[in-house]
Amino acid sequence: MRELLPELERWRAAGKRAALATVVKAWGSSPRPLGSKMAISDGGDMAGSVSGGCVEGAVYEEAQEVIVRGEPKLLTYGVTDDEAWAVGLSCGGEIQVYVEPLQD
Amino acid sequence: MRSEIYRELRQALADERLVILATVVGGPGAGGQLLLYPDGTRRGDLGIPELEAAVTTAAEEAFARQAPARIAVDAGGRTADLFLDVMAPRRTLIAVGAVHVAIPLVSFANTLGFRTVVVDPRTAFATRERFPHAAELRTDWPDEALRQVGLNEGSYVAVLSHDLKLDLPALEVALASPARYVGALGSKKTHRKRLAALREAGFDERRLARIHNPIGLPLGGRRAEEIALAIVAEMVAVSHGRAQAARAVLAAGDAHLAAAPEARQEG
Repeated sequence: MRELLPELERWRAAGKRAALATVVKAWGSSPRPLGSKMAISDGGDMAGSVSGGCVEGAVYEEAQEVIVRGEPKLLTYGVTDDEAWAVGLSCGGEIQVYVEPLQD
Repeated sequence: MRSEIYRELRQALADERLVILATVVGGPGAGGQLLLYPDGTRRGDLGIPELEAAVTTAAEEAFARQAPARIAVDAGGRTADLFLDVMAPRRTLIAVGAVHVAIPLVSFANTLGFRTVVVDPRTAFATRERFPHAAELRTDWPDEALRQVGLNEGSYVAVLSHDLKLDLPALEVALASPARYVGALGSKKTHRKRLAALREAGFDERRLARIHNPIGLPLGGRRAEEIALAIVAEMVAVSHGRAQAARAVLAAGDAHLAAAPEARQEG
């Protein structure tokens, strides 16, 4: 979280809205530990990571919806999940990502 | 995340405080968030008594291990899923004694992302020539230096001075602090002397047991770099709650080799 704060503050100063994605469950050989975070703005910015590159794109898209709707969302990515298979967690692990809007 | 929680979290991180952000990620109360500190203060509210109680219990262990936790709580027949995110202060190595071992120790700690502080009032040891790579170099007396640095749950104190006059004041401040790691270099005999002096100063056995001595995981090395590696390995193991397990594995290896010497294939 600490390393994301400067970015979040910059976005806030620029009037952008943001969401925060956190790995809240990990099974198998998931690439990033529990608590790993990624911040997303509604202006196309990203900081941090939740998987080492495999699902960031999908999380970014979901985050846009979370920012607009103002409601958190729990996402699961892994080899047993069809959608996630399409996204592809190459390591063979599974992760659950909580995406929440950040209020001003 | 409500702005009230975000602002408080931002402040806690700026102040280098240990804090837990508990979030109900699914089930009853979903979206609820609570900030908890080790002293029991909290901000926010999960709205459901069962969740509040479960979080309080789980937070104790999460604080001790400084590791995040996922818990499932029964709330009136439905299951709530909670995530406890532990945000710890930045890890800092404070090496007391600007001795030879401290030079590679600071290098290794830097590589691992620790902030590094070297303390030694002996100005011949604590020089920038010897420690160009330390973030902070202090020549005040160790107790004063450690107070100025401000020990917290992210502090790793390695006492290396070989001098009781410097070791003792450092250990007294470290043992009275929430420092995550306290290690002391020195033989069993030296350590017995230190313990006796600390008992005299009023430290009980529970506190004294926090000192890692012999310092470092038993990797077998003797060179300064090898001892530094053993110390930094122990710090990493402690930070992940694995120090006892790591020692047990190494001890089991010794026992195995003693029982079956033919298994010894090293060197």
